[in-house]
Amino acid sequence: MSKEPLTIALVGNPNTGKSTIFNALTGLRQKIANYPGITVEQKVGTSIIGGVLHKIIDLPGAYSLNYKKLDERIAYETLIGSYEHEEIPDLALVVVDSSNLDRNLYLATQVMDLGIPVMLILNMSDVAKGKGISINPDLISNSLGVPVVAISAKNKSDIDQLKQKISESDLEVPEPLKWGPDDSLKEAMNLLINEWIKPYTNIPESARSIEALRLISEGEFNNAFYQFEKEEKGKSTIKKARELVEKGGGNPMATEVLSRYNFIGECTSNASSITSQTKASLTDRIDAVVTHKVAGPVIFTLVLLFMFQAIFSWATPFMDMIDLLFVEGGNWVANTLPEGMLNDLLVDGVIAGLGGVVIFLPQILFLFFFIYVLEGTGYMARAAFVMDGFMTKVGLHGRSVVPLMSGFACAIPGIMATRTIENWRDRIITIMVLPFMACSARLPVYALMIAAFIPSTTILGIFTLQGITFFGLYIFGIVMAVLAAFVMKRIFPTGQQTPFIMELPAYKMPKWSVVFQNTAERGKVFITEAGKIIVAISIVLWFLASFPKTEMPVLTQTDNTEYNSSFDVTENPESYQLRHSFAGQFGKIIEPVIEPLGFDWKIGIGLITSFAAREVMVGTLNTIYSIEEEDGESSTLKEKLINDVNPETGQPVYSIATAISLMIFFALAMQCMSTIAIVKRETNSWKWPTAMFVYMTALAYLSSFIAFQIGSNL
Amino acid sequence: MAVFLSEIKSPGLFLVKNIQGSDTTRLLEMGITPGIKLEVIRRAPLGFPVEIKIRGYLLSLRESEAKCIEVEE
Repeated sequence: MSKEPLTIALVGNPNTGKSTIFNALTGLRQKIANYPGITVEQKVGTSIIGGVLHKIIDLPGAYSLNYKKLDERIAYETLIGSYEHEEIPDLALVVVDSSNLDRNLYLATQVMDLGIPVMLILNMSDVAKGKGISINPDLISNSLGVPVVAISAKNKSDIDQLKQKISESDLEVPEPLKWGPDDSLKEAMNLLINEWIKPYTNIPESARSIEALRLISEGEFNNAFYQFEKEEKGKSTIKKARELVEKGGGNPMATEVLSRYNFIGECTSNASSITSQTKASLTDRIDAVVTHKVAGPVIFTLVLLFMFQAIFSWATPFMDMIDLLFVEGGNWVANTLPEGMLNDLLVDGVIAGLGGVVIFLPQILFLFFFIYVLEGTGYMARAAFVMDGFMTKVGLHGRSVVPLMSGFACAIPGIMATRTIENWRDRIITIMVLPFMACSARLPVYALMIAAFIPSTTILGIFTLQGITFFGLYIFGIVMAVLAAFVMKRIFPTGQQTPFIMELPAYKMPKWSVVFQNTAERGKVFITEAGKIIVAISIVLWFLASFPKTEMPVLTQTDNTEYNSSFDVTENPESYQLRHSFAGQFGKIIEPVIEPLGFDWKIGIGLITSFAAREVMVGTLNTIYSIEEEDGESSTLKEKLINDVNPETGQPVYSIATAISLMIFFALAMQCMSTIAIVKRETNSWKWPTAMFVYMTALAYLSSFIAFQIGSNL
Repeated sequence: MAVFLSEIKSPGLFLVKNIQGSDTTRLLEMGITPGIKLEVIRRAPLGFPVEIKIRGYLLSLRESEAKCIEVEE
């Protein structure tokens, strides 16, 4: 082989151990980025093979180049070189699961038609042996006409053998269309190539036949990704080509696939043999329990419970540590730098904003660690299988369950976890309803309101009204999420029923290096991508709460009328500043708008500042009510809230109706800039976060309005 | 007698007769081709999806897909 550096693409079905091979080849010399404009990740690395530094691309898992989803389209388009800055790979390594040869070879025969050198990697040969499958790599190599290497990616010596094979490869292009399309299919392909693909598209020459086959099978341009000038011409040519196939007695959707499978059958019938097993495999025995009609959902619930209990309790110490670190760091900066605006900006804007980002990291890391472990073992597909029936009833998807449940800890990791949902529409609906799940940031607000305004009456002996309210708020979130999903399912253009053809991979131990690497990657993506937006908004919010600068006048007892408020003269400077800041003024401006919900301007300020994060509400109320930050602060705040009296009416500011209205508002409103930031990042547009903000906040307003009006007129 | 996969209630071994419907390419590509053996393993809690074994691997199909697959005992 030449000593030129090559671009080598790893292609393969999902669950073939492709990532393991990629990691083994590249080690730490890899980087992960998003493909431009979309949220599919591109993994690129380098590897030294035979003394030459080669570029390795790990393509997303695909069952076919006739793509049905984004991941597969990326794999296809990278292989044919449609991306401007990416060249056609010099070598395609097709990773094949040896225990599932036929279906894996289907993709391999497609890649062999692309006019690029191909090498077949028969991975998991140990698993196949365990299943009683024996394969002769040389016979496969002969009948397919490509070099074949059988390895088990877990063994280091096997990886060396693979590298050896790559460096010895003479990079021969396999004979295209070796599977032998019949005459009418060939004729149809030629027609499409000559009358459409060649003159009107810029598909590279080597990829023309595979594109022609794709169009014949698909029957249309099934995407809005390309705009062709002469689209009508293309459509009529496709129609003509399909008619040619039909005239030859074939079905345009099936002819190619069946011919390929016939060819594969010929190749594998002598090259592999199965000694039939009498006893059920481990996977079958586990599945008999885990996907059982009754036991399945129970086990899934237990797994989720364990997961979220762990996230809550294990992440908390780390979150406290991060909190402490940023508070102490802020104090240090505050005391070290000279007092002034820069000091304030750094401490209350930048450091507080950064702290607000990093604080989510422990939960994100824990959740993704669990998700990748469950994914790596193969359990995740079973969970989707068990839950799909329930979830489709409400317009969601079997794979929506884990992200939705993660929403109880925090919506951000949950939204990031929706990437496991392949269908875009299902994924968007899941993202859009996910913030209704009662996240942990709502807890402090709920706790404060319930402690202050809900009587601790005992019900049925063991429950208190407070406990039931708490529980009710969680249920309320779930019900709203389900209702919203139900409505959205009807609003969004459906096109067709979501296909859901899901492989249930054999159980195996997760590959720990892959688990840790992917988990770390998710954390990094959050900090760098969402972090930018969060810090920026934090600085804006800091500005609104800190300007214009006002000095608290020295008030005497008699001057108090100036503000005509319920404050006593012991108000501290922070409270005074906040009340006169832009945020404070804005709180007063929106008072007429929020009055029908039972909120006054003080809550208004809280609503504005709590956009940074919901729990900031409590801190803001603390500041407004001039509470010195000491231990047991919330109990003092509680007292102040209960005793706050409207000076005009002499009535308490907070009634039970106000408290309930406020809790409903917090349950429904989109008040979390971090969520907005992550939705922007995950959907790659401002359209969805904007829609989310508008519809959730409108719903919150309406619901709180109804609740308060009913509550205060009872 | 040929029946659709969606109508089969209990586990068992079947022979794929035909794949029909408007969007059958992916089912075929996954290896569900006429003449191949198909084992129905189980149904999910609410009846669907249905889990099958085909060409030695496990696959989950929703009702809409199971309706496209004609099988014979």
